Amino acid sequence: MMLRAMLGEAWLAMGANRLRSALTMLGMVIGVGAVVIMMAIGQGAQYAVQQTISTMGSNLFIVLSGSFTAAGVRSGSAGGPTLNVADAEAIAELDGVVNVAPTHQGRRQLVYGSQNWSANVIGTTPPYLEARAWTIASGAAFGDSDVRSATRVALIGKTTAQNLFGDENPVGKTMRIQQNPFIVIGVLGSKGQNLDGNDQDDTVIIPLTTAQRKVFGTPFLGSVRMIMVQADSAENMERVMDATTSLLRQRHRLREGVPDDFFMRNLSAAAESEAETTRTMSILLGAIASISLLVGGIGIMNIMLVSVTERTREIGIRMAIGARQRDILTQFLLEAIMISFAGCLLGLFLGLAIALGINAFTGMVIVISGTAALVAFAVAATVGIFFGWYPARKAARLDPIEALRYQ
Amino acid sequence: MTDPVIRVVGLGKSYETAAGLFPALKGVDLEIRPGEFIAIMGPSGSGKSTFMNLLGCLDTPSSGDYFLAGQNVAHMDKDALAILRNRTLGFVFQGFNLLPRMSLQDNVALPLVYSGVDKETRRAAAREMLDKVGLGKYADSLPNRISGGQQQRVAIARALVNKPQLILADEPTGNLDSHTSEEIMALFGELNREGITVVLVTHEPDIAAHAKRQVRFLDGHIVSDHLTEAVPE
Repeated sequence: MMLRAMLGEAWLAMGANRLRSALTMLGMVIGVGAVVIMMAIGQGAQYAVQQTISTMGSNLFIVLSGSFTAAGVRSGSAGGPTLNVADAEAIAELDGVVNVAPTHQGRRQLVYGSQNWSANVIGTTPPYLEARAWTIASGAAFGDSDVRSATRVALIGKTTAQNLFGDENPVGKTMRIQQNPFIVIGVLGSKGQNLDGNDQDDTVIIPLTTAQRKVFGTPFLGSVRMIMVQADSAENMERVMDATTSLLRQRHRLREGVPDDFFMRNLSAAAESEAETTRTMSILLGAIASISLLVGGIGIMNIMLVSVTERTREIGIRMAIGARQRDILTQFLLEAIMISFAGCLLGLFLGLAIALGINAFTGMVIVISGTAALVAFAVAATVGIFFGWYPARKAARLDPIEALRYQ
Repeated sequence: MTDPVIRVVGLGKSYETAAGLFPALKGVDLEIRPGEFIAIMGPSGSGKSTFMNLLGCLDTPSSGDYFLAGQNVAHMDKDALAILRNRTLGFVFQGFNLLPRMSLQDNVALPLVYSGVDKETRRAAAREMLDKVGLGKYADSLPNRISGGQQQRVAIARALVNKPQLILADEPTGNLDSHTSEEIMALFGELNREGITVVLVTHEPDIAAHAKRQVRFLDGHIVSDHLTEAVPE
């Protein structure tokens, strides 16, 4: 039997019982729609987290100087002068370390002309920019020579630039931090929020030495509060952190049993676990949505079984006038696929519309990928074939004499 | 002498029942030649329906051979039988058995769909057959818009559309009043005069009287086989 004629008949059969076909289809519409929405939201969440992580820089950990106690008051981490630039230089020599940047940061008031603004000031060395994946939007970064000679140059973030300079181009302008004039030599590329929701663009980066001498002051020259370390790969993180610990204990001459005089934090681990959480959530959402797709498929099977029973006589007639088993099989399978396909198409549009609506009204990040749509479509076709198969085979295996006798 | 269109040799059919094997047909021999108009008669339970199902290739015999247009169909598989039904046979049923959702024209064209004929040819052939049975003007109507007698005419058109070797009619007038029955039988007579072989199953003697030959079944055997006597009137 010819496929075109069969499609026409399947269409006719669908049209013969419109409400029933529509309700059966609705199951698929909801199923596919749910899958599309959930995938859009899940992938959107993953995308958002990936974005944030990529702005933070990968495979990072920080070493903070230990606390010190003065008159019974403990300073908390990064309070004591236990780390110095030489420690950072030694860590840089370790295997698997890509970038090491001693840093010193704090909020300071900035002044330019009649404007002033408080921003996070980071004193560091050039590897910091690389470790944190900072780009330079305009102007240029400072180099090692600036650190050596403690020049008063600054890189500023986008938010800081807007608040302090307005529409002016900050590059080449002189601003003041703590009464000290700094020349803005570059504007940093935008990063947006970090995982904690802080604006990473509200930042000023200056050479470490300048920061220590002119901005923050330091009890001992060369001591640093924090050292940022970037490992070459996620697999090497653990090993590099262990090596750093033993290196620092040795350098600080700490005997067995004496606690570390520094703290270490794995920045990437937090980000990784965040990414893992969203991935799990995304899979969970997809799985739940798939259940509704399954229910839709069962709905198709149910209706097709009813349809086969109702049309037993018709099947008998068709067989008597020459329909082979496979003609009957194809006919019923085609009907199931048609319902499933039409439902899928509607579900796809409905899902996209709702996903876009969610994006428009809540601002939630959604990602609509062609793959997701394709997967939903393939699944629907499979569902149609899978759940249509049994009823269609039941129809094809009817005995023509019995079927003709059926009232 | 022409070769028979149907030749049945020692045809038997038994059914499994709770009480054991029930022989519905016990070794039947029969020949039907092209152009014959034959009525198969007998009370219910005589085996005539079983015989008809076997002739119609809807069922396979338990024993014996059945040659349809020279081919032995006794051991063919289901698909081969379906093709045979499609190409060689035309069915007319007691309950008309038109598909309710389809126009009369599409109903008539349906056998051609299964033989893979293209749409234009199907349409033309269906139209021609509808004209032949006098219902061409209702081609686009649905079956429930016309009377029972007209529906049976459409069913006959459907049986004819594939130019079959013979037409099998199972109680074709069973659901019709006597006047309409006469009309339908007249149509069969007319088709037979054009050379179409007609096999008719009925239990009504006055319907069987339209056939040229009458075969009577009882308890799974043929008990009589004779030409119809000239109608006395």
